[in-house]
Amino acid sequence: MKALDKTMKDVQFFSKGTKILVVLLGLAAIAVIYRYVFGLGGATNLSDDVPWGLWVAFDVFAGVALAAGGFAVTAAVYIFNMKKYKPIARPAILTAFIGYSVVMLGLLIDIGQSQRFWHPLLMWQHRSVMFEVVICITLYSNVLALEFAPAVLEKLKLTGLLKILKFFTFPLVIAGIVLSFLHQSSLGAFFLIMPARLSQLWYSPIMPQMFYISAIAVGLAMVSFESIVSAKAFKKEYEMDILKGLGKGTRITLGIYLLVKIIDMIVRGTFPMLLDGSLASKFYIAEILIGAIIPIILYSIKSTQESVGGILTSSSFVIFGVLFNRFNINFFAQLRPGISYFPSVAEIAITVGLVALGIFAYRIAAVYFPVMHDSQEQH
Amino acid sequence: MVSNTMPVDTKAVKKGVLIDLTKCIGCRGCQVICKNWNNRAVKKTVLTGNFTNPLEMNSETYTTVKFFEEEKENKMSWNFVKTQCMHCKDPACASACPVGAFTKDPRGPVTYNAEKCIGCRYCMMACPFGVPKYEWEKLFPVIQKCTFCVDRLDAGLIPSCAKTCTSKAIFFGDYDAIVAEAEKRIKDNPEKYVNHIYGKEEAGGTSWMYLSSVPFEQLGFKTNIPKRALPDLTWASLSKVPAAVGTLITVLSLVAYFRNRGDKDKGE
Repeated sequence: MKALDKTMKDVQFFSKGTKILVVLLGLAAIAVIYRYVFGLGGATNLSDDVPWGLWVAFDVFAGVALAAGGFAVTAAVYIFNMKKYKPIARPAILTAFIGYSVVMLGLLIDIGQSQRFWHPLLMWQHRSVMFEVVICITLYSNVLALEFAPAVLEKLKLTGLLKILKFFTFPLVIAGIVLSFLHQSSLGAFFLIMPARLSQLWYSPIMPQMFYISAIAVGLAMVSFESIVSAKAFKKEYEMDILKGLGKGTRITLGIYLLVKIIDMIVRGTFPMLLDGSLASKFYIAEILIGAIIPIILYSIKSTQESVGGILTSSSFVIFGVLFNRFNINFFAQLRPGISYFPSVAEIAITVGLVALGIFAYRIAAVYFPVMHDSQEQH
Repeated sequence: MVSNTMPVDTKAVKKGVLIDLTKCIGCRGCQVICKNWNNRAVKKTVLTGNFTNPLEMNSETYTTVKFFEEEKENKMSWNFVKTQCMHCKDPACASACPVGAFTKDPRGPVTYNAEKCIGCRYCMMACPFGVPKYEWEKLFPVIQKCTFCVDRLDAGLIPSCAKTCTSKAIFFGDYDAIVAEAEKRIKDNPEKYVNHIYGKEEAGGTSWMYLSSVPFEQLGFKTNIPKRALPDLTWASLSKVPAAVGTLITVLSLVAYFRNRGDKDKGE
């Protein structure tokens, strides 16, 4: 195939995994049709008691957090001039761009009036966190598209345009970091207005800060995870030096996160709630263990941090832990007697399909554009 | 004494409604007239062994009367609670809505413009009273909730439920007069009423308020709602955005400048 990148010649596009992705995409497409024929009530298990379900918790809240690697890595490479991480800048930007595109697609499917998706862009309501987040993720997706554009332009050999874009590298990186700070923390601010709805274990005036810190941790963990998986998929060498550095960054961020959580619990006096035996308290303890304490310990063991398997395990804990946190805040922190919710088949199929779409898009981009190669080698 | 038949200028500012639960006889006339005036359809309901029907408000039911049974001295005792939108002074739904579909009318009603709504349901999450309901069964659903009969106010009429209430449990009037009346009733009959006007301070104050002879938490009222306006909680974070943007841009530019000083060939 002529279109293939030099370094990707030996990779066959339709691997066994890719075929599974196509099947999942097909099922999701059927679910999307079902959703638009039978409406939200017919296709989902949402109700007046549980207005936000799997799509909001996973496709939006978890998706945005997982895509935080984009701004964390560009900040390290361009702002702090940590050259070591340059090779992973492009994969991280690509992941973020795909992540945000998928988030917006998920949001589009979730809102009842999909055809009015543009309303927030025109009907400004500056007191709304939702408005701020929609504006931020819309702008940030554009920033990410421009940050990834050099890969496309290199491929098409449009050196003139490439030079113009290069000139805007720093403003774009800074815009990306600022926009990320705003919406990552605002996702925590979403819940500030629900003091009576959320369990006091989670409800805190510093939820925005907690969301931001945990997003950086999970963003870095996700970049490590994905570097390992894609190195395996594309049969490339593991870059241990980078992986170790990412692990250190994740550990420090998680340490800060855990410290903030503990101080918050002391200040608000919620420690006794941990032992009240409620489901919420068990989930809270599990979340802190899985998402913070266990990975901090794993990241502190030298042998773990020097093996690919160890890094993969530690970062999986962080990813799962932060997902768990977003799910907890979206559901389990809001448990009330008599209220139950489990996502419908269509909800699950669409969520799985969106993940599959992300992986599929990443594979296309990584195979056809210079994403994985070390940019220094080419110059 | 304020009465629900007293002529009030419905177009003048700041109205309120007082629901005196001790006077409610559970006739559900308000529920019926509300459907009637607002052209609400019926939804299929189920028997639950309780007279409350439907059990909660829904997109076709702006108000529902809840029946609470208790045993008092071996005799059955009823308490009836009319539920509807509380029409907060500073509504959480309005501040949550990304497109400004909700508006606080200076007279009291929290109104909703379905034309703007994108159907994100953040208002449902934000409302401390669980009021906004969704048209789950429709392909292009919007939110539905009590309108305070704002169309009737415009026409010089009082809300249909207040108009129809046979036992004078629903009082409509000037907000200040309503509060004064509620305070007077508690003061004159301290043994009859719980010493609390539900809605006077909840969520920063609501245009609709309740009096009761039974503790509110026993009647399904949420009693953990802060006394401050809920949008302030979000604003504490959102108001810092401009300063955060300015600071971040400055700090990032400075760090980038000093960390990259002397380096050639930046970017890609």
